[in-house]
Amino acid sequence: MLNYTLRRLMFTVPVLLFISFIIFIILDMAPNDPTGNLPMTIPPDVREKIRESLGLGQPLPVRYFKWCVQFFINEPLNIIDKMFDVCTWGCEDRLRVRSWATRSPVVDLIVERMPQTLWVVGMSYVVGIILAVPIGVISAYKQYSWFDQAGTFVSMVGFSVPSFFSGVLVIVIFSVQLGWFPSIYDTTLKVVDWDTFMMQIRQMVMPVMVLALQTTAQISRFMRASMLDNLNMDYVRTARAKGMKETTVLLVHVLRNSLIPVVTVIALGIPAIFGGAIITEAVFKVNGIGQLLIIGIQGADIPLVQTLTFIFAVLIVMFNLIADILYGILDPRIRYD
Amino acid sequence: MLDNGQKREKLVEVSDLKMHFPIYAGLFRKHVGDVKAVDGVSFDIFDGETLGLVGESGCGKSTCGRAVLRLYDITSGSVKIGGREIGATPQGDLRKMRPTMQMVFQDPQASLNPRMTVEGIIGEPLSEHTDLDRKGKLAKVHELMDAVGLNRAFSSRYPHEFSGGQRQRIGIARALALNPKFIVCDEPIAALDVSIQAQVVNLLEDLQKKLGLTYLFISHDLSMVRHIADRVAVMYLGKIVEVSPRDALYSDPLHPYTKALLSAVPEPDPDVTTDDRVILQGDVPSPSNPPKGCNFCTRCPAVMDICHENEPEFREVSPGRFVACHHHNETTN
Repeated sequence: MLNYTLRRLMFTVPVLLFISFIIFIILDMAPNDPTGNLPMTIPPDVREKIRESLGLGQPLPVRYFKWCVQFFINEPLNIIDKMFDVCTWGCEDRLRVRSWATRSPVVDLIVERMPQTLWVVGMSYVVGIILAVPIGVISAYKQYSWFDQAGTFVSMVGFSVPSFFSGVLVIVIFSVQLGWFPSIYDTTLKVVDWDTFMMQIRQMVMPVMVLALQTTAQISRFMRASMLDNLNMDYVRTARAKGMKETTVLLVHVLRNSLIPVVTVIALGIPAIFGGAIITEAVFKVNGIGQLLIIGIQGADIPLVQTLTFIFAVLIVMFNLIADILYGILDPRIRYD
Repeated sequence: MLDNGQKREKLVEVSDLKMHFPIYAGLFRKHVGDVKAVDGVSFDIFDGETLGLVGESGCGKSTCGRAVLRLYDITSGSVKIGGREIGATPQGDLRKMRPTMQMVFQDPQASLNPRMTVEGIIGEPLSEHTDLDRKGKLAKVHELMDAVGLNRAFSSRYPHEFSGGQRQRIGIARALALNPKFIVCDEPIAALDVSIQAQVVNLLEDLQKKLGLTYLFISHDLSMVRHIADRVAVMYLGKIVEVSPRDALYSDPLHPYTKALLSAVPEPDPDVTTDDRVILQGDVPSPSNPPKGCNFCTRCPAVMDICHENEPEFREVSPGRFVACHHHNETTN
């Protein structure tokens, strides 16, 4: 297993370099202009100078190489400096990946926005899984019962209603009509005591609800299908013939075997948490990663978009690997040696 | 032999056992009929004997075996094991009786949980039904592995790491774990190589001698049943058509279906003529819509008018021999 992991990790290096290059080329070919949002009164020759000062005058391979140096060498060194409070080589005037729009380092922007995204999107994922697993188990065990029919209906709704509709709907119901929850997520809120903690919970409820509906819909369907596959297996009959309690049969024999594919699906979904929920964050004004990405795309902020997209790619590759390893741990029939 | 003369105790008594599976069809999933997999089956199994249950595929052998152990909720009928009626016992109460009745399943690959080690598979019933500690359980597991001829060192391996014959041994060890009296062997050798079949059957015979087990041995392999069974029951389309002591059945089959079945056994001697074989025409009728009268009347070579009208009674025509056929109704009348 360790050998397998190391070999896979070795392969990720060229894969990720290749991905970063592809992203760079695609962004370069995109027809937008970083000076496009500037006032119309700025004359064309000044715009051209601005572009050159951003580094756009140089050929593509040079720009790509410089980004690589900044991202793969300077940024990690900077993190080391910050963590251990030291000054490694060139810490005074080290070039960092800077956003064109805000002129601040991209990594700092991401660090600023990460907590909101992790709280809202991550919490919705956790809530979704906690709801989905029991729903899937009961739906499969009592197939075609009213519970199963209701679960199927809710999953269908969760799958098919987009978050820009369900988000606005819950705002209308819960904050406009009932006035229970604030419709705007307040990032400046600091949790210091019980009241602010409750405030934080209240402002999280609606976005978490909207996102959890989608997660629950997806995972409960997977869970149900996987349970149904296993419920009819011969070894389940063996377990019953042994005289096991029905709960043991269901939770030890069936559930454990059914969780194998579901855990993979869950692991593969985790990178999407860090990616944020672009639309839901926009609906509830959560200034998370998703919103940062949208702003970056609108302003043709290429370093920002490049870096964010590349970090998503790293997460996706890593969680694919984690899912594969988990699969090997959970299913003794799969060995990677 | 064993079954001559002395009266022995009945361990299993099955009477008029029915297992119907409902069919739902149409827009509103209306109940439109039943698959009569087992349709009024009666037989007894004496303590310490092996009853062979034979019949072509799809005739309801396996369903019958599972229904006897109440792995299904049966439609109607009575099943008594060791004098206790279990036909209508709820599954929860049945759990405590599982130690006396066990099953060896047909497919040794699918019937073992792929995520449990051999030790877990064999030991699980022990932790459920006994209060052995960890050490005692492991000792018992090793003892069982010895009994079925598995190397003790394999106890922490997973089922997929074994061959088919070894897996079936695990299945047998598992069934033996709680010292059962009665074991249903549901085609235990059908999924195995011929060379391994003999090993497993001999193992089952040895265990029977050593532990005094009673078997219901379900198979479609007539020669294997001849080898292991004391008495044989022949099933056709959900019903038992004949029950006889083994030697009597093989030398003088009474029911036309038994005759056809026996004449289909391959003959190893090329010089022996096979012209007198009874070859059945047509297919088995659907168990959801069995023919009127005798179930076998559509294919019977000796069919009479009455066979299309009345269902023959299942009766004892000579000591220990039961048959359901109008031909034998006449002779006794």
